[in-house]
Amino acid sequence: MERKINILIVDDEEIVRESLMNWLKEDGYDVECAANGKKALEKLPERDWTLAMVDLKMPGMDGIQLMDEIKKVRPEISVIIMTAYATVDTAVKAIKKGAHDYIVKPFNPEDVSMVIKKIIEHKKLVQENQYLRKELKKQYRLHDMISKNHEMTEIFDLVRTIAKSNSTVLVQGESGTGKELLARAIHEESPRKHEPFVSVSCASLTETLLETELFGHEKGSFTGADGFKKGKLELAKNGTLFLDEIGDISLKLQMDLLRVLENREFRRVGGSQLLTITSRIIAATNRDLKKAIADGKFRDDLYYRLNVISFQIPPLRSRKEDIPVLVENFIEKFNIEMGKSVEGVSEAAIRMLMDYHWPGNARELRNVIERAMVVTKGKSITEADLHLPTTPEKVSVFGRSLEEVELEHVRFVLESNHWNVLKSASVLDIDRVTLYNKIKKYNLRKPEEEA
Amino acid sequence: MKRAIYIRPVGDIAPKAIHWLQHDLRSYLNMPVEVMENMEIPGESFDPARGQFHSTRILKEILLEVPGDALKIQGIIAEDLHIPILTYVFGEAQLGGTASIVSLARLEQTFHGLPHDERLFFGRLHKESLHELGHNFGLVHCHDRRCLMYLSNTIMDVDLKGSGYCRQCFETILATMNGGR
Ligand SMILES: [Zn+2]
Ligand SMILES: [Zn+2]
Repeated sequence: MERKINILIVDDEEIVRESLMNWLKEDGYDVECAANGKKALEKLPERDWTLAMVDLKMPGMDGIQLMDEIKKVRPEISVIIMTAYATVDTAVKAIKKGAHDYIVKPFNPEDVSMVIKKIIEHKKLVQENQYLRKELKKQYRLHDMISKNHEMTEIFDLVRTIAKSNSTVLVQGESGTGKELLARAIHEESPRKHEPFVSVSCASLTETLLETELFGHEKGSFTGADGFKKGKLELAKNGTLFLDEIGDISLKLQMDLLRVLENREFRRVGGSQLLTITSRIIAATNRDLKKAIADGKFRDDLYYRLNVISFQIPPLRSRKEDIPVLVENFIEKFNIEMGKSVEGVSEAAIRMLMDYHWPGNARELRNVIERAMVVTKGKSITEADLHLPTTPEKVSVFGRSLEEVELEHVRFVLESNHWNVLKSASVLDIDRVTLYNKIKKYNLRKPEEEA
Repeated sequence: MKRAIYIRPVGDIAPKAIHWLQHDLRSYLNMPVEVMENMEIPGESFDPARGQFHSTRILKEILLEVPGDALKIQGIIAEDLHIPILTYVFGEAQLGGTASIVSLARLEQTFHGLPHDERLFFGRLHKESLHELGHNFGLVHCHDRRCLMYLSNTIMDVDLKGSGYCRQCFETILATMNGGR
């Protein structure tokens, strides 16, 4: 509900007061009248007046004197001076003294409507600006991360504290929560920020490839290795090495990595020279490592080596207050990237976004907004522009088979990740082979391939 | 029990317009609409300096004679109307009250120096008559441009808005009617 607009009319002529009051009431304003300046001043404390329409010529206190008095007590009230043709000069002087506008009696209906609307619009803008500035202060930024959530802002504070140290960091959280962004933020806040930030996605590579990726190799160390290659450990020299999806690496590599972390030394594959690691290690995973340890899939000694400092990023569904902030942020970003001028999202659309459970977290939200910005035809994103699956929190899945629900969800995740199987598998928290099997089972295809 | 809308012709007025309005309101509001005898324009409502009639004064005069079964009563006048603070008005209504008045003067294309257009004239009469009645039913101006309760300051505004109430405004009117006011 919009706030009521309160207008105070001050005129010594009753017929003017009454007719103007009735006319403004038809327009939905809350209007009251005062017959002179003294009575007007008495009425000031009664309400949250938006504006006062003050007659210039009144016996006793004239319009300008009254305006001065109003401004002394309630400077936020806008004053419109009502004047006859003969006194326009004085009215212009009144503007210089702080009146918002003047209007010549008798008014053209369209003029008085416009003058009032203009003032109200202006006030709204000022209020919105103040509100936005206040909101911006409340929310918290850490490089590309933004949040109003208490847990998140505590993480941000902690990042600033620990960034100076060289300790290994473990970042845990569901896919799409921004683990890499956090790692980058740690790097940026650290004294190593001018050194490289090197990122390795451990899940996307086979064991052998990951091994050479990390450690590098010497010429002729294996078939096809026709050149010497520096590994990421070397490339990250003095900088930060980010090992994403550390929970997915093989037990053999876990062992290798553990040795590196313990001795801070390593050899290239097929090499004999001992190299020293000088980079900081940040590892991240969306898996429950404690459970993986219990299942024998993850070495507990490596876990403790990595887990010197650890962060657990909460999922988006448990910090829904961040959704509007993130949406605004993404829109701003994509406006620049796409050369668009989308202004925001409709109320219904934001409600829809708030209701959804975000299994893919902020990344999924980002994809949804990106897609919506491509398809939207208007100035703001509407419900129709959003492509969200029916949300389990809202829509009952009773009466539908598990397969139906699975099919819908898999298709949605694929769509929102532009059919990138690797990304989608990570959002779904399954491996690629399993996802490929599902794609085959449900006969899923990219839309353009169907034609 | 009050149950009919009454039309009160004020001064000299073409009977055709009155009858057209009677049928229009009857079919649109789905309730009895009666036409009263013409009344004279109250002399003191005329402002010789402006050559216009003060609508509030005429409203007061209309209220002196209200039939017992009148739900609302609407004066129709051919002359141009004003209220002291405004250069003109298309009509005036008691917000949430019984009486309203509509002027035909500015609804005529000839007033704006254009050839007479009867269809346009009746369309405007329909909008302004129902607009003022809407105020009688307690409605203030609506933000929906398609709604006939949208504020019209100029004849262009009148032509641009729709000729029906929006759903919300219409529901308010129905609720007030059933409330028996
Ligand atoms: Zn109106
Ligand atoms: Zn409406």
